Amino acid sequence: MTQSSSLLTADPRTRARNRAEARFRAFGLAAVITGLAALALLVISVIGNGAGAFRQTYLTIPVTLSADRLDPEGNRDPAEMARVTTFGYAPLLAQSLQMHLQAEGIDLTGVSPQALMGMISQEAPAQVRAMVLANPDILGETLELEMLASGRIDGYFKGRVTLESAERDANVSPAQIRLAQAMADAGMMETRWNWAFLTGPDASDQRPEAAGLGVAILGSLYMIGVVLVLALPIGVAASIYLEEFAPKNRLTDIIEVNISNLAAVPSIVFGILGLAIFINLAGLPQSAPIVGGLVLTLMTLPTIIIATRAALRAVPPSIRSAALGLGASKMQAVFHHVLPLAAPGILTGTILGLAQALGETAPLLLIGMVAFVREYPDMPPEGLFDPASALPVQVYNWTQRADPAFVERAAGATIVLLVFLVAMNLIAVLLRRRFERRW
Amino acid sequence: MPLLWIIAATLALGAAGYWLGRARALHLTGGSPAALHSLPHAYGAITALAALIPGFALLVLALMAWPGGTILAPVLAVIGLGLALIRITPEFRARTALERCILAGLITASSIAILTTFGIVASMLVETADFFSLYPWQQFFFGLEWIPSFEGGSELGLIPLLWGTLYITFIALLVAVPVGLFAAIYMAEYAGPRFRAIAKPLIEVLAGIPTIVYGLFALVTVGPLLRDWFAAPMGLGTSSSSVMTAGLVMGIMLIPFVSSLSDDIINAVPQSLRDGAYGLGATQSETVRQVILPAALPGIVGAVLLATSRAIGETMIVVMGAGAAARLSLNPFEAMTTVTVKIVGQLTGDTDFSSPEALVAFALGLTLFAITLCLNILALYIVRRYREQYE
Repeated sequence: MTQSSSLLTADPRTRARNRAEARFRAFGLAAVITGLAALALLVISVIGNGAGAFRQTYLTIPVTLSADRLDPEGNRDPAEMARVTTFGYAPLLAQSLQMHLQAEGIDLTGVSPQALMGMISQEAPAQVRAMVLANPDILGETLELEMLASGRIDGYFKGRVTLESAERDANVSPAQIRLAQAMADAGMMETRWNWAFLTGPDASDQRPEAAGLGVAILGSLYMIGVVLVLALPIGVAASIYLEEFAPKNRLTDIIEVNISNLAAVPSIVFGILGLAIFINLAGLPQSAPIVGGLVLTLMTLPTIIIATRAALRAVPPSIRSAALGLGASKMQAVFHHVLPLAAPGILTGTILGLAQALGETAPLLLIGMVAFVREYPDMPPEGLFDPASALPVQVYNWTQRADPAFVERAAGATIVLLVFLVAMNLIAVLLRRRFERRW
Repeated sequence: MPLLWIIAATLALGAAGYWLGRARALHLTGGSPAALHSLPHAYGAITALAALIPGFALLVLALMAWPGGTILAPVLAVIGLGLALIRITPEFRARTALERCILAGLITASSIAILTTFGIVASMLVETADFFSLYPWQQFFFGLEWIPSFEGGSELGLIPLLWGTLYITFIALLVAVPVGLFAAIYMAEYAGPRFRAIAKPLIEVLAGIPTIVYGLFALVTVGPLLRDWFAAPMGLGTSSSSVMTAGLVMGIMLIPFVSSLSDDIINAVPQSLRDGAYGLGATQSETVRQVILPAALPGIVGAVLLATSRAIGETMIVVMGAGAAARLSLNPFEAMTTVTVKIVGQLTGDTDFSSPEALVAFALGLTLFAITLCLNILALYIVRRYREQYE
């Protein structure tokens, strides 16, 4: 049979070509969906792992602050009372808990006093001690105190720890879990919103339940402040020179190539630079926000310069000519007319550069920002030289800890970081929408 | 608090300088600005600068070299202020002087970029030279073993690290290039405006996510997933950090990089080429494959090279997803390590900067810098050299 084809019946070759067309199109759609799916998976993974960090389990029991145990001398002198360490407070809490549980008629079989103490966070005695030392007059009273539950008990209420996993876990027993459930039923234990995660300092390896982001957020804000104060004026000044004043010669060519190359230098190389120049050569302290800020400034500069130059270039030359025609000097034309018109674009670029700086981790690792810091830095400018942490570094730091509860903290910190970034990008988008001008 | 006070005092002197300079200029002409060469504020500003510039220059120098000397900053500011006031006359060309100062400031700002590059190269060169005086360079560049030990007698060979880096980069590109390229083609040629308006920004969100987040994703989700579903059943390994984990996640990170660059390049191909192909009876996919892609190829190659350079220099994903064991192996489900991981490893914690084990990080950094720089320059060259010029 001879080849027959018409507008109504496609011949095999056309059919093959059409199939190829459909296939190609499907590949394209699949690629887009792959990208979107990866984004969705990433976000779900981070939120799923990290949402728990914003809730925390607390137990509330009456605690008798026995005066003869906490102030053996009996004269309420905080200096003397400070000699009773947290180890002196821990048994007191456990005892109060045991007595309260017995009074409430909750079954304690299978839970030794030791195990009972293990259900309260190691941070709790320290907090009670700080409270007593700040106000010695409360000694001898019986107060309703709210204390952090230990990480595993907290994990049970968030579904991270189950009765089955407790069988295999050396740090928690099924009996403890059952007791925790009984306490929750009796209203002594509840899981609620956790402000301390956003405001508190980091905590040591054994106390994931107490670890917070306060120092890291403050450190990140300090660094972003330094970047803003340095990178914005320097970046804008450099762009103005290159765009408006620079003669076309070898030197300015070198500067231009330089800037575009710097934008592509791996961030860790900036960390090496910071370590060699700012710390080893200039002798600035390790883990200080000022060093982090300087390194991030150098890293962000190319981004800001590229954005600013684009914004300056978008201002039509007629504006400059008009200003010059009215007798303005070149400097006046730029500063009085071109710069204000380019300001929204510059601001948008700067915010995006700051967002990039906020999320950057690798260079900060090299300048010692990974150190364990519990103290809040002072107010700037002195505080810029105090040790601090930073949000992304805190994420990294927590993933390196042994206790799995820190994974939740790390993902929680990531959520905080992403919220900051989304906010900054949103501001940039809104600025662009609001002030964008078409000439 | 003294530092804050010193800064405040110097700033106050600057403000005083502005006011004094302006007042003095007006006073000299009996209050008529028309008799001055420049506007009165120019006299004020130049006086303020004469106080602020020496003051803050000294402050920065003192902070770096001699913290006790910061107190001299306001003193120097007073001197500068006084000298400037003496120079003010009605004929003094204040605006010209001010604009020269500003121009000098602009030039200084733009040379910071050069200084940064210089600082990077110089700091790494010096330390690398130190390293090579302690450790033979042949063994560094051609050594097949990476066994640092802080008691001495370390083997610090680059090859296993470079192998890990390139292997992970290869897998990342294997993910990012097809996905990114097809996504770009779909967005540019097939997608309707509504779909494009939603999908394109969403994919570009991937580029704005910090790498630490990708690292966490690799560590918490992708690593265990690959281990339990692929590596363990196939008997290829039991480690959740592996070349595959890091490569896959890095590939995701690079998708928007490849796709948005390619999208721009494909959109730059003129419509007339497409219309020509359609007129000859080509289907849309044939047009893309045989007309648009060849025309856009240099740009796409440039984009891929930039993505490669990005992948080689990436740190957090490999620190958290690839492992720390230097290994020369073909199995993608084994943990391997990269140049950047070892830079972080050798330079964090208490390091002794006279030992080759710490200094090797600078040699690694210089190698990384050189490789990425070459790739970037090559990418720019290819884009410029082979770019089609359309009228």
